[in-house]
Amino acid sequence: MARMTKEERRGGIISASLKLFAEKGFYITTIPDIAEKVGMSVGSFYNYFTSKDILAKELVMYISEYLGRKIRNINEKDISTERKIYEIVSMYFNMANEKPEMIEYFLRVYLSNREVFGEGCEGMICVSPFVTEMMILFEEGVSSKDLHNQDFFSAFGLFMGYLGGMVFLFGEKILSEPLEYYKESISQNIYNALKTR
Amino acid sequence: MHSKQDKRPTLLWIQGVTCNGNTHSFLNLPNIDQLLVKFRLLHHPSLAGEYSFEDMAACRFKCDILIFEGAYDPLMKRGGVLLSKIVEHYAQTAGHIIGVGSCASFGGMFKASAPERNSGLIFNEEIEYGPLLKYKSKVINIAGCPAHPEWISYTLSMIAAGKKVQVDELHRPIELFSNLAHHGCIRNEYFEWKVDAVAFGKKEGCLFYEYGCRAPMTHASCNKILWNEVSSKTRVGTPCFGCTEPDFPRQNLFSTKKNMSIPVDVPIGVPKRSYLTLTGIAKAFHIQRLEGKLIDYKKTD
Repeated sequence: MARMTKEERRGGIISASLKLFAEKGFYITTIPDIAEKVGMSVGSFYNYFTSKDILAKELVMYISEYLGRKIRNINEKDISTERKIYEIVSMYFNMANEKPEMIEYFLRVYLSNREVFGEGCEGMICVSPFVTEMMILFEEGVSSKDLHNQDFFSAFGLFMGYLGGMVFLFGEKILSEPLEYYKESISQNIYNALKTR
Repeated sequence: MHSKQDKRPTLLWIQGVTCNGNTHSFLNLPNIDQLLVKFRLLHHPSLAGEYSFEDMAACRFKCDILIFEGAYDPLMKRGGVLLSKIVEHYAQTAGHIIGVGSCASFGGMFKASAPERNSGLIFNEEIEYGPLLKYKSKVINIAGCPAHPEWISYTLSMIAAGKKVQVDELHRPIELFSNLAHHGCIRNEYFEWKVDAVAFGKKEGCLFYEYGCRAPMTHASCNKILWNEVSSKTRVGTPCFGCTEPDFPRQNLFSTKKNMSIPVDVPIGVPKRSYLTLTGIAKAFHIQRLEGKLIDYKKTD
């Protein structure tokens, strides 16, 4: 078997720790748990991340960059804002299905353990790539007269709070239908709330 | 009257539709006497010249340098003569034609008041249009509302010295207009850390986010070559209105146009995505020194 590169091993830690943090919670998961899951010694783990808090911040940046890239691809398409909203909702729900640990981590670790994300993750620093793309979506939406002009956070909260809430309900197995079923109605609701009046 | 041996270039300053702002500005040039001595002043609306207004309007002489102040109105008459005839007469043989102020450069304030008639000498806003298009290689636009007296002085001095004045695509001297009004602004640290001004006229805060400051989008050297040698709009806490650009005057000069709280215009040449990323990061930090009055930061009781 080919020897794994340092970057691949780092990716392995990110993937394993995301799953563990999402399943067991941030405080219960230990570095030996993560090291065991990726098949390395605790000593080796520290060559990649010097503490659990640093790993926690890296994970948020990793998710934010992943989401940012996905939304950027949608933002750069020559389609209406209504269609972009549908594609973002669709992408987010697909991610909740295929990579639930990413959304779980964001909702259950990043948003729920703010004390871990103080220094180095102030304000929007660790979620900048994702938030920047949402800014671009909204700014271009108003500029093209698809959306009405309002405070950024009023629109951002409506959009992301809604999606986060649905994924939470999905994770708790409260929804009667799969997420796929809600894509159309939810993206339409978001668009109706934001569109030009 | 001049002697036959006087080889100085001849200078004529005429006006179209104007508020006289550029004339007033020029009269504030501290070394105006040292500048004017380099020329034979044939006629000027506010300075003594060799020829009267009537002589000028009757096209009784020619000039080496024609300065035109104000917007061009093809139906306007000066001294009973159509401005179009006067401008054509002097432009034809002049070696250099200088549009002083934004009205002469792009139409400016007086184009905004009569858009169907008024324009600049060779531009209608940023579109090539105007009475002197056929002489455009001779035209230098010193945009500004008004044009800075030192900019007029620079341009005339270069011509007097026989040097070529390099211009940008809007015919503004690049030596003066390659800078942005943002360069040299004493509020740049507030811009970097995204600390807004709380009111006009204060020493602290940046006027870009709320108060309509166009300095990062405006080609001008107002914060490099200071007004009256001491100050500028942004230094005293008033936003730059972007008066050297062809889209001046814009609407709502004292407020920043935003879409979903995001400035519609970002600094020239900076991709919006990059600007927003940097802004988001800078806003995450609170720099105590920049949040209060500067004189209070280290004040002792």
